[in-house]
Amino acid sequence: MAAKTRRYSARDVTILVIGLGVAIIVNVGLIWGPTLASIGLSGTDWNGIKPMEWVGGRNYGDLVNDYPPFWSAIRNNVLWLGFLGLVATPFGLFCAVLLDRRLRLSRVYQSALYTPVVLSLAVVGFIAQLVYSSDYGVLNAVTGLTVDWLGDRSINIWVVMVAAAWRHVGYVMIIYLAGLKAVDPALKEAAAIDGANEAQAFFRVVFPTLRPVNVIVLVITVIEALRAFDIVYAINKGRNGLELLSVLVTENIVGEASRIGFGSAIAVILLVITLGFIVTYLSQLFREER
Amino acid sequence: MTLIAPTATPPVQDRREPVRRRARPLRILLHAFLGLVALGWVLPLALALYASLRPYEETSRLGYFSLPEHLTLDYYGQAWSQADLPRYYLNTLIIVIPGVLITLFMASFTAFAIARLRIPGRKALLITFTAGNLLPPQVLITPLYTLYTLVPLPSWLSDSQSLYDSYLGLILVHVAFQFGFCVFVMSNFMRTIPEEITEAALVDGAGVWRRYWQLTLPLCRPVLAALATLEFTFMYNDFLWALVLMSSGDKLPVTSALNNLRGQFFTDYNLLAAGSMLVALPTLIVFQMLHKQFVAGLTLGATKG
Repeated sequence: MAAKTRRYSARDVTILVIGLGVAIIVNVGLIWGPTLASIGLSGTDWNGIKPMEWVGGRNYGDLVNDYPPFWSAIRNNVLWLGFLGLVATPFGLFCAVLLDRRLRLSRVYQSALYTPVVLSLAVVGFIAQLVYSSDYGVLNAVTGLTVDWLGDRSINIWVVMVAAAWRHVGYVMIIYLAGLKAVDPALKEAAAIDGANEAQAFFRVVFPTLRPVNVIVLVITVIEALRAFDIVYAINKGRNGLELLSVLVTENIVGEASRIGFGSAIAVILLVITLGFIVTYLSQLFREER
Repeated sequence: MTLIAPTATPPVQDRREPVRRRARPLRILLHAFLGLVALGWVLPLALALYASLRPYEETSRLGYFSLPEHLTLDYYGQAWSQADLPRYYLNTLIIVIPGVLITLFMASFTAFAIARLRIPGRKALLITFTAGNLLPPQVLITPLYTLYTLVPLPSWLSDSQSLYDSYLGLILVHVAFQFGFCVFVMSNFMRTIPEEITEAALVDGAGVWRRYWQLTLPLCRPVLAALATLEFTFMYNDFLWALVLMSSGDKLPVTSALNNLRGQFFTDYNLLAAGSMLVALPTLIVFQMLHKQFVAGLTLGATKG
């Protein structure tokens, strides 16, 4: 390394130290520092005002045993992940495969599918209310039902997931479409000559070559499912059947009761789940690069 | 184009091989399917637009799914003036423009150092930055909120005299959070620029800054454009940071201010629809105008992964 660094003048070194230093300080100060602080705070009973006291694992115990919203949030996050992963993502892939052939109007279909991607999830939440509202909503008007789609806690999570999927499908579709464009057409031709039908050619030849794209889509799906927040918050602040881990964390600081220690314990659980996926993803990403 | 069209009529097609003819109904089916899906995808947006043009009295009597008796732009005027939307748009610009510029500047320099200079620990840096971008904001929001309330700012920078409830605070958090993604994308891009370009400059005795600012950055224009488009949309659409890190209603960015259009006990959904349309409009315009950059930005991280 010494031989290399000698190529830099004192001025170069100063610029590098300042440039990278600022980047590192911002990143550590606002991202990783607070993340680690969440872990520390989760072991305290701090409420933001009185001196904090170490309570060990008590917050986690309370969370699991005496806090029913926690379990409905876990259930909803798992449902959300399942719905995006098993319904929205495959549907996005399906649309990408259909759009990958030279179709007239392909651009129009593509635009329609990914218009929701540019919308804020908060706006998606507001639009969802127009569709699902029990009194005047379109869904009830068209079907003739009188279901309280957003108010009934046994069904509201499902219709909200449909709204989230509305946006997710377009996102997945763009990424797969880019991936499919990069696939060597000779591969498909070779498969066709060997007598494979379209489905076989796709599943046996094209899909395996999309592996890096699959990994990215998987990560996006997981992250989106864990980050889900805006849409339920815009609808009813994430209550009454729409609890999510992210909402519970936020509730503990913007809500009336500021239970920082307790909120941090939920954040740490979210962190542990996320880190599992991030580590898997990054190790894969940087291994392939070598 | 018109010259080719007649081949579609059956009599001329008789001599074609059967494979082609079997493909036709499939194509129609494909178009029908995609057309339906596309229609279904635009429908909610069209519906919001339609609702925003009708008086509340009318839709509450007839429901949203009915023919219009009156169409009016009143709700847009109401959202614009009563809800004070211009002020919130301005707030958004105050936050988003510096946010995008600082993010791109810092990220491009970092990416340059990581991809083009053999600085020690570059891989660890890249992993740390990328991973930071993937965290859900909630895992760090509680300590961040506390930190923001504790950091004092002079009153000319923030009338709350702390990082909490200040424009600067929101800009900083956007920069910190989006930085990782931009570094990742740009370092991948810079690695594809031939080494010879900077090698030659190195022989000429060009310093680090000149190699970054004058030699590398101009070559990164496409990726900068794509990221700028994408980051604008990301920051514009943010809802959470402003919700948690801002307390004065008059400093909220427009996406979060939309929540104010909801009444405590009664919500006029048509007004909300008009507000939603107005909030969605800038991103829809950016998307239509910079379509290519937007899609490129979303897929940049993906194709080289």
